[in-house]
Amino acid sequence: MFRFFVTKLGQLIPTFLGITLLAFAFIRLLPGDPVTLLAGERGVTPERHAELMVLLGFDKPIWQQYLNYIGQVLQGDLGNSLVTRQPVLQEFFTLFPATLELSLCAMLLATILGLPAGVIAAVKRGSWFDHTLMGVALTGYSMPIFWWALILIILFSTPPLAWTPVSGRIDILYYFNQPTGFMLIDSLLSGEKGAFRSALSHLILPAIVLGTIPLAVIARQTRSAMLEVLGEDYVRTARAKGLAPWRIVGLHALRNALIPVITVIGLSVGVLLGGAILTETIFAWPGIGKWMLDSIARRDYPSVQGGLLLIAGIVMVVNIAVELLYGLINPRIRHRR
Amino acid sequence: MNKTLTTTALGLVMAMSVSLAAEAKTLVFCSEGSPEGFNPSLYTAGTTFDASSRQIFNKLVEFTIGTTNIEPGLAESWDVSDDGLEYTFHLRQGVKWQTTDNFTPSREFNADDVVYSFARQWDKNHPYHGVSGGSYEYFNGMSMPDLIKDIVKVDDYTVKFLLNRPEAPMIANLAMDFASILSAEYADKMMEAGTPEKVDLEPVGTGPFQLVAYQKDAVIRYKAFPDYWRGKAAIDNLIFAITPDASVRYQKLKANECHVMPYPNPADIEAMEADPDINLMQKEGLNVGYLAYNALKPPFDNPAVRKALNMAINKQAIIDGVFQGAGKIAKNPIPPTIWSYNETTVDDTYNPDNAKALLAEAGVTNLKTKIWAMPVQRPYNPNARRMAELIQADWAAVGVEAEIVSYEWGEYLERSKSKDRDGAVLLGWTGDNGDPDNFLAVLLGCDAVGGANRAQWCYQPFEDLIQQAKVVSDHDKRAELYKQAQVVFKEQAPWATIAHSVVFEPLRKEVKNYKIDPFGGHVFYGVDIAE
Repeated sequence: MFRFFVTKLGQLIPTFLGITLLAFAFIRLLPGDPVTLLAGERGVTPERHAELMVLLGFDKPIWQQYLNYIGQVLQGDLGNSLVTRQPVLQEFFTLFPATLELSLCAMLLATILGLPAGVIAAVKRGSWFDHTLMGVALTGYSMPIFWWALILIILFSTPPLAWTPVSGRIDILYYFNQPTGFMLIDSLLSGEKGAFRSALSHLILPAIVLGTIPLAVIARQTRSAMLEVLGEDYVRTARAKGLAPWRIVGLHALRNALIPVITVIGLSVGVLLGGAILTETIFAWPGIGKWMLDSIARRDYPSVQGGLLLIAGIVMVVNIAVELLYGLINPRIRHRR
Repeated sequence: MNKTLTTTALGLVMAMSVSLAAEAKTLVFCSEGSPEGFNPSLYTAGTTFDASSRQIFNKLVEFTIGTTNIEPGLAESWDVSDDGLEYTFHLRQGVKWQTTDNFTPSREFNADDVVYSFARQWDKNHPYHGVSGGSYEYFNGMSMPDLIKDIVKVDDYTVKFLLNRPEAPMIANLAMDFASILSAEYADKMMEAGTPEKVDLEPVGTGPFQLVAYQKDAVIRYKAFPDYWRGKAAIDNLIFAITPDASVRYQKLKANECHVMPYPNPADIEAMEADPDINLMQKEGLNVGYLAYNALKPPFDNPAVRKALNMAINKQAIIDGVFQGAGKIAKNPIPPTIWSYNETTVDDTYNPDNAKALLAEAGVTNLKTKIWAMPVQRPYNPNARRMAELIQADWAAVGVEAEIVSYEWGEYLERSKSKDRDGAVLLGWTGDNGDPDNFLAVLLGCDAVGGANRAQWCYQPFEDLIQQAKVVSDHDKRAELYKQAQVVFKEQAPWATIAHSVVFEPLRKEVKNYKIDPFGGHVFYGVDIAE
């Protein structure tokens, strides 16, 4: 296990370097420079343009800029945002808990609903439940997020129902310290009456919207994996031995079917942690997706580079965690090498 | 905002329970985005000014809320020397600075604060010049470094600005957001403490509201400054609930989660008008959307050709199709809300037959050109691609074949400046200071050819008029010169003036005394909420 971990970490170094290069190059490949975009219609004289490029350090040859950047990164400095002039690292970690909280809730919802739905659909293959579920899953998968979110808001957040708040993380009249950045936890810690309930109610719609596609994917993946496993010899043997059907499905089949499902969940978590741009924008959720989008639009080079690097790092860590999980779920997979 | 400010704010307001908050008058504004920071001299975005200068700070002179008229601010009065080179400001006494956890002012506002606020932007050797990566784009963009010769403190309540050349729009420039006055004493204290950047993050102003807390992309909290020199604001708390999506802002307004929202979707306007809980305010924006020909390239160097093409454009169809009614046909290069707007000029009326005849007369046949469509939305042009398509069809009807081109926004801005540019460019402008010079000289002056003058049009009779208007201090004389300049503009037609947008501001019915800012800002001093 330890060797596996060290090997994996070793593999991360070239990947990480590759990402710094890509992050650095991609944003510069986009046409338009930050100074021109900052000036907008107002424009900027060529002299002032040159002066600002020097001030921002973009006048040096690109390879030199890259080497300087790598040097900075190795010292844990991702630079300052060109827009807010604040350290990128600070901005990222101010916003990341919101993204993490939303992603985890969305994935929890998707897993809790998707896994049993997939299992039942497989067991009741060809039934009305199976057909309905697969139909709903396909619809959920193909639904435009933007439209889906607005429909939910109009239905559930505005009169006459007005069950859930329209957007944000908590009712703005609540005002307390947020030591962890996770609103559910901070609202509990605050001791403010009703704060936790408010935070939870604000999470419902964004989590449903963000969880819709993973839910569909998990349900479909679970169904197909289960169908495959249920046809295996050892399941037939278990049935012949007269084991209770729930034991066959729940213990023998599901455990083996979980590997591909966990892979899908792991990949989805990785994607969600990169920031759900649309969901965050619609629900005014202060996460990193919206922040990255704004940074790209403004050619805020340090924010885009730093953001990509951190997101990539987080995705890699999640993937390692998923691989470790394989071993825990299925003893046949062990990380000796 | 860093943790310290949040903690500070908590110290101030932590005890505020929900019930207490409900008793105090709290106005919630569903703003469209996060500010870049809280020092307006460092940034250029309206979102930043809404969050900083328009609530927290004052300027020497200010725009009367809801108008482009100038009124005294931190300067009670001012004198201009006969040669227009000396501006003497007599400062208001008894103006208090806000107190925060980091800073307790030991004195009231005085001349040192004025000198500090401008010297920081102007003097490259000033200890604060480079703090927060200061590039002071507005200060530079308004040519203040070339204009200012010196800023002199005459006494504690008198400051003199010495200029290198007469500049009639100077007073209007000083009412702009970048000219906000910051506390010199606070700056000194922060410099001594080794944290000068705090001046820009944890603002201390003399304005009606003081910052309590800011959470990026989520919320900005202010409370009314009780010692504000114009009197305490009618509301006790002001909250900006940052909500980037316009449709969601509207849903929040309907659900009573906010009181005022900016920038509604044109598609929602009709429903807002019909909503009994919503008061949909509207005002003509201080902007102009235009199509700039390249006056340096044949056949667009011929005014007759430009006028013919103008006549071929059905502007009403553009107002209906692109602005969905939220616009007004533009005939002059300045909007009607700016003083000196010439009501008497005659627009090139839509008449395809006349256009055809004029083109034939000018010997232009089988003309092929390009229409540049901006890749971004702006109030003066909510859908440039659609606008370009409409113009393309109109021109096709008079025998002109136009290809629509577009580039990434930065590229678009750069390429469209080129004197060799092929085709006509869709662009526009939103006024900075309500002065006609800010449109006519910036967009059509000879100095701006190859830059913001996308028509590449340098016409001496027009240039003489606007240059003369720059140095005359008499308001009526200036207005007359600008009116004449507009007549020349219409004769020469370097642009097809397309539209001025209409700004909509939906608010809940219980919000009282809100005024739409012609500059597109959102000012909450004076606004009240009915019990």
